Amino acid sequence: MPWGLLKYGLASKYPARRDIPGPRELKKSYEIVIIGAGGHGLSTAYHLARYHGITDVAVLDKGYVGGGNTARNTAVIRSNYISPEAIEFYKASVEMFENLSNELGYNQMYSQRGQLTLAHSDASVRAFRLRAEINKHLGVRSEMVDRKQIREIVPCLNMDKKMRFPIQAGLWHRDGGTARHDAAAWGYAMRAAQMGVEIHQRTEVTGIHVDKGKVVAVQTARGTVRCNHAVQAVAGMSSEVARMAGIRLPIRSYPLQAMVTQPVKPFLDPLVSSAELHAYVSQTARGEVVIGGGSDPYELYSTRSTLDLKENLIAHVLEMFPFMGELKLLRQWAGITDMTPDYSPILGTSPVKNYWLDAGWGTWGFKATPISGKCMAESLANEKTARLIQPFGLERFRRFKLFNEAGATAASH
Amino acid sequence: MKIMNCPLNGPRNISEFICFGEVSIMPCPQDSSDDEWADFIWLSNNTAGVVREWWCHAATSYWFIAERNTVTDEILATYPASDVFTDRVEFKHKNNL
Repeated sequence: MPWGLLKYGLASKYPARRDIPGPRELKKSYEIVIIGAGGHGLSTAYHLARYHGITDVAVLDKGYVGGGNTARNTAVIRSNYISPEAIEFYKASVEMFENLSNELGYNQMYSQRGQLTLAHSDASVRAFRLRAEINKHLGVRSEMVDRKQIREIVPCLNMDKKMRFPIQAGLWHRDGGTARHDAAAWGYAMRAAQMGVEIHQRTEVTGIHVDKGKVVAVQTARGTVRCNHAVQAVAGMSSEVARMAGIRLPIRSYPLQAMVTQPVKPFLDPLVSSAELHAYVSQTARGEVVIGGGSDPYELYSTRSTLDLKENLIAHVLEMFPFMGELKLLRQWAGITDMTPDYSPILGTSPVKNYWLDAGWGTWGFKATPISGKCMAESLANEKTARLIQPFGLERFRRFKLFNEAGATAASH
Repeated sequence: MKIMNCPLNGPRNISEFICFGEVSIMPCPQDSSDDEWADFIWLSNNTAGVVREWWCHAATSYWFIAERNTVTDEILATYPASDVFTDRVEFKHKNNL
């Protein structure tokens, strides 16, 4: 590698590295068609090719690789949930992130710097205690911390007791971290493409053909492709794409607004979020402060930002870090979050045979990119839902067996 | 600020209103199967486009129906529920309810 770098440096031409091959013709038929070339879809494709030897796969996207919610999320990776099923699932994902740069040969800029969630009420303190105990029992590093410990973890936090809602305690999650979300999508895309998976960008799916209760073809703006299996991984459009296959989902879509400030010197190491203030803050490797957490109050598919929500969010962040009032905002945006009633995803089979769902990712999808791809690939290859995602099937709603993660999701509603 | 036209109170700031989701027909609680009932409780059309929803003006507890476009975030019409629901909904087993 050092010689390669030296040769590159001394060369007269610098050929750009292409991560994935350029556009090409769609084939008439594929074994598996994945709708959505975001992190989840590409992770599924990668795991199919790498671990199950299935490369007759097409990943279709109406836009470009990682251009949807993969690019819009705020890249929080953690596993401090409350139900054992969810903890086991997200813990497996955190463990995959820890080795993802090596696995893909693509720098994920994964940084496991811990996540601190703040409680400003007795109710939150009680919920945190429960989460900490369940987490510890399942091998996740979570512990309750008092005000003194919080001051040690984040010295610049406003610990004033005269605030309207003073900080009472915290849930300190050492396994929490962040990564570069684009790198996850591009890393999976590059390696999947190298193994023969076809990635078709700007190929919008316009219909799904179902014959005798089984998916047979996917209609796109570039022609119809037959398939044996189809997977939808289209966060932000799950209900609309599922409707093409005649499936109704328990999803309601809301925009979640976020923003980043201008870059400043490092002052914030862990990720900090607050259950009461509905806000979360982290500082990126290049110094920008990422702020997220404002969900719009009514269902919407528009990614416009609104001043009142941004003002609210900023007011809450300034309660935690008053000195951030000096910072200028650099960018602001919104992403459409597919909220489920229990704040858990919908994974696995659907009422249509061989049509698989990777949906309902609300505000918690990025952290599950590796594990959901792995589980979906395993399910497709064996035609049987993988053990880790069995609890999260669509049928759980008819059985009233929900996994309420509303509290552990903290930041949105 | 976004303005919503309340059929009772006129144009008001949208932060005074609460959205209660799409207008749907409740299946008869006595006659429907468990699956039908679960679907009614959990599933949502979640349409990208024009929807018809229940809204409430929180300050006056006034319930009404609004039509809006969920892609463009435009409110197209608001009207009292009595414009749509002219008859009382009767279930067969009303004595058991």
